[in-house]
Amino acid sequence: MKGWLWALVVLAALAAAAPALDRVGLPPASLLETGLLAMTPLALAAVGECLNEKAGLVNIGLEGIFAISATVGVWFAEAGRSGYAGLAGGAVVGALLGLLLGAVSVYGRADQVIAGMGLNLFALGFVPFLLISLWAFPGIHVFPNELMVPRLATPLGQVSPVTLAAVVVALLAHWVLHHTVLGFRIRAVGEKPEAVDVAGLRVDRLRLLTATVGGALAGLGGAFLPLGWFGALVKEISAGRGFIALACVVFAGLEPSLALGAALLFGLADGFASAVAVTPGVKERVPFYFVAMIPYVVTLAVVAAVIGRRRFPSTVGRPYARE
Amino acid sequence: MTASRALRPVGESLATVALGLVAGGLLVWAFGYPPLAAYRALFVGAFGTRADVLETLAFATPLMLTALTFAVGVRAGLFNIGAEGQMYLGAIGATLVAGMIPLPAGVHLVAATLAGMVAGAVWSLVPAVLKAWRGAHEVISTIMCNWIALHLSMYLAVNFLAEPGRAERTVPALPSARYPVLSEESTLTAVLFVAVAFALSVYAYLWGTRAGYELRLAGENPEAARYAGVRPGRVVTLSFVIGGLAAGLAGASQVIGRPPAWSLYATLGNVATLGFDGIGVALVGRNHPVGGILAALLFGALAQGGRLMEYEVGVLSELVRALNGIIVFALAAPALWGLLRRRVAS
Repeated sequence: MKGWLWALVVLAALAAAAPALDRVGLPPASLLETGLLAMTPLALAAVGECLNEKAGLVNIGLEGIFAISATVGVWFAEAGRSGYAGLAGGAVVGALLGLLLGAVSVYGRADQVIAGMGLNLFALGFVPFLLISLWAFPGIHVFPNELMVPRLATPLGQVSPVTLAAVVVALLAHWVLHHTVLGFRIRAVGEKPEAVDVAGLRVDRLRLLTATVGGALAGLGGAFLPLGWFGALVKEISAGRGFIALACVVFAGLEPSLALGAALLFGLADGFASAVAVTPGVKERVPFYFVAMIPYVVTLAVVAAVIGRRRFPSTVGRPYARE
Repeated sequence: MTASRALRPVGESLATVALGLVAGGLLVWAFGYPPLAAYRALFVGAFGTRADVLETLAFATPLMLTALTFAVGVRAGLFNIGAEGQMYLGAIGATLVAGMIPLPAGVHLVAATLAGMVAGAVWSLVPAVLKAWRGAHEVISTIMCNWIALHLSMYLAVNFLAEPGRAERTVPALPSARYPVLSEESTLTAVLFVAVAFALSVYAYLWGTRAGYELRLAGENPEAARYAGVRPGRVVTLSFVIGGLAAGLAGASQVIGRPPAWSLYATLGNVATLGFDGIGVALVGRNHPVGGILAALLFGALAQGGRLMEYEVGVLSELVRALNGIIVFALAAPALWGLLRRRVAS
């Protein structure tokens, strides 16, 4: 409950700041629009990772999944001539990477933080390699505008259908986790895998399931970055967002609905930075470099201020082996 | 028996590197490049001539230091992946003293080196304090600090340290603050010896002093360390500061120890990713300072050879970084190796 309170306080403060923002030339409506776009990949990845960590696995490789599925997603979009094909392709690649990481953790009994970092490091080299191998141009690729996933006109402004999907996914994950047998099993396998094992259920399959679902959601979020938001691909497209999503997970104490709130908070910080960087009259006064720091400073501050020591499932990050 | 046990990690490291090379070869092949020609170029590029070998050493120099950052973290039970940002600020600190503050020869070089190391260490205090005081997870906080350091360093490089008339880079280090070039045919300078000496002194410190013992104990068995009265906050801070000094020196080494630029590019292009590369180096080197030196030679060879591979075969040299990731990924799963050993034994 404490997390919700915090989120409410911050949102109230933001609402109070809206008129002031309007005066300096930052219309709150467009801030919210960008904020929701920025929230989307964070929410998708964070919700998936909540499930994954509830089941006792940790995926530090979200950043790498973002970058790889963004690149592969654009390739799929061009091949299928549709942004939705790209989103689907990104989700599939993310699911495969999640499954791979899950399998190495479950069967290889890997150190999950190191395996996840391995995925991130791989992406650091693989994405520039892919960019040049697929499109023969270093570091950046601009795709036709028709491939963008179209946004919907709503009272909140232009909203991507993927954003709505992210909200639905978060609520759905909350419902599955707390009101279904599957959710009970996921939580049990994180807390007491030996009990799940004795009950005749497969610890490995449950964990592979959450790892795959988490990877798919992160992959969808990664493909959303170019296809639903930026309209272009650059090799640094994930820009630390995978780790900000992890911060959402920690902030939320592994509750998907809270993770959605945290993603909105970090999304607004990101949206604020993007808005300041392009608003005439403001961008000249504040050096771009400081604006670009905002999302990271906010994340660092939140990680330091709120989180402290939350309680996690007893086996999170540790492989399970029968005695 | 003991000899084979001691050699096992070395064998595993080499096997993983081989595995990474095979996986990389498959990638190269899948994208339509000739893998054998690529690896031939990689090898010739790294060891073909005397100049290539020296250049390999030049590439290895910063890697053994950023590997040390990660390794000391792991030894203390921490995942310090903040070498990247600490290294940026080390480069900034060294540039400031080497390029802007004229000092007598001798003193100048030492001052610029120390400025880089201290800048890296100061930046490492941010995640250290957040960890010790708030319990903030160091993986998230170090990554956030890396991004903040990136933008801060670019800001400082462009606004305060830029070379007049050349916006793309900072003022070059004054001649009195440059490490002597060891051989005109390569960019290797005497900063290599400083890097090796630093790694060895960290080794001596961790394995030869009480504080170093406490640090390793806290990493290996936190419960026992607490019982023995080791203060966890102190261990966290100590390991971050040692790591920061190493990363700062790595950044400095690319400014005051690497011709021909002797400066930092405004995009940080001549130092970018050296910090992340160190993670793989540390793991292959088994998180040991001496192992890190040896592994750095290997990764230095990949970096240097990658240039010829890109030139001759067209495979982007960044692929070497993907290999690094595959190697880390494979090293993470000790059970895979256990499985393999049983297979071989039966």
